[in-house]
Amino acid sequence: MSTSLTAEQKSIHFLNRTSFGVTRDTVQRVNRIGISAYLDEQLEPEKISDQSVEEKVSALKTIRLNSGELFELYPPPKVARERGMAADMTTAPRMIIYELQQARLLRAVQSQRQLNELMVDFWNNHFNIFAAKGADRWLTTSYDRDTIRPHALGKFRDLLLATAKSPAMLFYLDNWLSVSPTARMPANARRRGLNENYGRELMELHTMGVDGGYTQRDVREVARCFTGWTLLRPRGDAEFHFEPRLHDSGEKIVLGRRITAGGMEDGLQVIDLLARHPSTAKFIATKMARRFIADDPPRAIVERAADTFRSSDGDMRTMLRTIIDSPEFFSPEFYRAKVKKPLEFAASALRITGADVRVTPQLIRYLGRMGEPLFLAQPPTGYPDLASSWISPDMLLTRMNFAADLVTNRLEGARVAPEALRDSQALIRLVAPDSLSPASRRVLADIDEKEAPAMLLAAPEFQRR
Amino acid sequence: MNRSRRSFLKSTGLGFLAFGLPPSFLVRAAGAEQSARGKSLVIVFQRGGMDGLNVVIPFKDQAYYALRPTIAVKEPASGEERAIDLDGYFALHPALAPLKAIYDKRQLAIVQAAGSPDNSRSHFDSQDYMELGTPGVKSTPEGWLNRYLSENHIANSPFRGVAVSPQMPRTLAGTAPALSMSSIEEFRLRNPAMAAGLEKLYMDSADPLFRQGGKSLFEAMARLRAIESKIPPSTAAYSAGRFGNGLKQIARLIKADVGLEVAFTEIEGWDTHVAEGGATGQLANRLKELGEGLAAFYQDLGDRMNDVVLVTMSEFGRTARENGNRGTDHGHANVMFVLGGGVRGGKVYGRWPGLAPEVLYEGRDLDLTTDYRAVCGEVLARHLRQRDLNKIFPGFRAAGSVGLIA
Repeated sequence: MSTSLTAEQKSIHFLNRTSFGVTRDTVQRVNRIGISAYLDEQLEPEKISDQSVEEKVSALKTIRLNSGELFELYPPPKVARERGMAADMTTAPRMIIYELQQARLLRAVQSQRQLNELMVDFWNNHFNIFAAKGADRWLTTSYDRDTIRPHALGKFRDLLLATAKSPAMLFYLDNWLSVSPTARMPANARRRGLNENYGRELMELHTMGVDGGYTQRDVREVARCFTGWTLLRPRGDAEFHFEPRLHDSGEKIVLGRRITAGGMEDGLQVIDLLARHPSTAKFIATKMARRFIADDPPRAIVERAADTFRSSDGDMRTMLRTIIDSPEFFSPEFYRAKVKKPLEFAASALRITGADVRVTPQLIRYLGRMGEPLFLAQPPTGYPDLASSWISPDMLLTRMNFAADLVTNRLEGARVAPEALRDSQALIRLVAPDSLSPASRRVLADIDEKEAPAMLLAAPEFQRR
Repeated sequence: MNRSRRSFLKSTGLGFLAFGLPPSFLVRAAGAEQSARGKSLVIVFQRGGMDGLNVVIPFKDQAYYALRPTIAVKEPASGEERAIDLDGYFALHPALAPLKAIYDKRQLAIVQAAGSPDNSRSHFDSQDYMELGTPGVKSTPEGWLNRYLSENHIANSPFRGVAVSPQMPRTLAGTAPALSMSSIEEFRLRNPAMAAGLEKLYMDSADPLFRQGGKSLFEAMARLRAIESKIPPSTAAYSAGRFGNGLKQIARLIKADVGLEVAFTEIEGWDTHVAEGGATGQLANRLKELGEGLAAFYQDLGDRMNDVVLVTMSEFGRTARENGNRGTDHGHANVMFVLGGGVRGGKVYGRWPGLAPEVLYEGRDLDLTTDYRAVCGEVLARHLRQRDLNKIFPGFRAAGSVGLIA
């Protein structure tokens, strides 16, 4: 491979890494104003008008509703029957998740605030919850909108605290059930003593990482600090609540530090301690470098990003600049080094073909079959960001079928204009400005021109970014 | 806590790539033949928490009718809507009538008061625990069916582990190659005109990851196309819907001798909090689908059932007492079915703990007397000849033999 990328490769590489895929328009704009100015714009999403996609999103009824309204309008079947509501798919709780999925996909495809959307997706996955777990069916809408979204390009500590207090996370990782072992509870209470689930995942997955240097004892102590962080009305107008009677008021020692603040402050001190811990800086830096550079990112860039995390107090804009401005970002070694995950693949195919999108169950099912049903990652780890996770035979087959259905307009919910596909050479240049591999060139030269776009979207080159 | 979570991330859905296939297993017919008359284990997961007490009914337990004034199934007797007597103490729900003949042929065993010992009543946690094979431990990197595949490198078939389900279930996810599909027919390119080009594109690719992935995919498709026409059409009347189809697909793979060792499919809709029904109604409808599906599978495979053991499980049972909505809430122990030619059937296994208030688990649920890992472990050991069960169910030791398989 050559020693550096061409200008055209750079533009396309930059867009593939900081958006859900290139479009003719975005490539033209990057070429016109330059990568640096384009990044500046993307880092200030509040200044970018996003009217057209937000109009589409606001047509989805549930997206603006709060948890109480959602529970009222989309009650569980039992409540619906008690109220004498007719059995109706359109008022079933799964409708809420379906609309969340639609909004996520619509925004990935059509938002002008691509980098912000990408970080919303990144943080939703980092602080994963499972939207179909019990009350989370009514809590995830607010989680995405009120917990993650406002902090996607903000300070890590603020985001961490927002998730710690969010009803969705309190429910998902059971902290709302965690009570001081000495608290007096009625014999039949659902709550029974300490639940370590949140304490463990807070350190393992949200902040320090599994090798971050904490012990089982720290897990327990952190869990004790968060006793009493609970929620009111999980099935209804859910709300964070600190309940002193459930709090373990004894002394705790977390990572060698004595926590003596008492009450809700105990948890807040832990949040601060963890948000500023060197292991957290490294863990978040690694995950971001993995998202933007390579599955196994070079140590130098991780260290630089970790330094930035510490010096900027976990400021995501500054972190992104450090990573994108690093020499590694445009290194030929990492050109197309990442395999697109299913959302990235589907969105990039819809973007590059300029498809007019109206999200349908068929589209959502395709994402599930590729291995990424949106908002439905069951384990607290969320979805992996590693190539090997996305290329099992059935997943690859689904990608191929998606590509074929899309370009032949057999994908319900996506309309591709014929003229968007007419110039297959232009399409090829968007996918591979450096020219395709010899194998792909030979195949594309041999086949019917009509099949070329589908082949291109199904080809290995388009599975990478 | 664990190094393993990351390896789980690396490996979920990894499919064939972990070990790679031999370059041309298609031509290695001999290798495939070796496992041709091999044994298979089929797992049917009933998602939602089946109410085992209304499935295999303890009609001689005094407490049963007292606990369930509106949803109890009437004791066996002549007449309509009666439970079907099994052994004078337990009776089968009438909607499961198709299974009675198999029970009488001693090829269906029932285990009462069985399940996962963890006390979680969360669907998702309990399903995870059961699928991972480590109740109480969520961090286990792979499912227990996948661990079985990793432990046994018998054949190089891409069909050693197959799930017929919308997504790869956790129990089959892990480092060993496994496949999920919705059906043999749908495991194909929707535009056949692209096949030759795509195959070339992937096979000749300079990208090793996709070259290998493409190779696995095209070989699996070729293999399926080759067997598709050779499988005699099934005459069995499978229940309509995803479950019946899932079993039908698995039966086809077994009949086609593709080297299937472990298969998985699922049936949903058991979460009967409201208006559960008794001899008829919501639960009865689910049971009808279940019973018809299992009976069709049994009939479809005929003699091949000698090579097959099918085990059903659900994440938890339900409360012994019916609730205020004529339904039942999340409970504890449940009932499992074990079906197969080599099964010592015609018997209800498991110590019956009773339903008196003082013996209920946590004061509300049927207590558990047989760990599901004892049931599955026995099938793995005696049917699939798995030697070290600790590799499959780490940290678990069965109290004794259940005696399900000769």
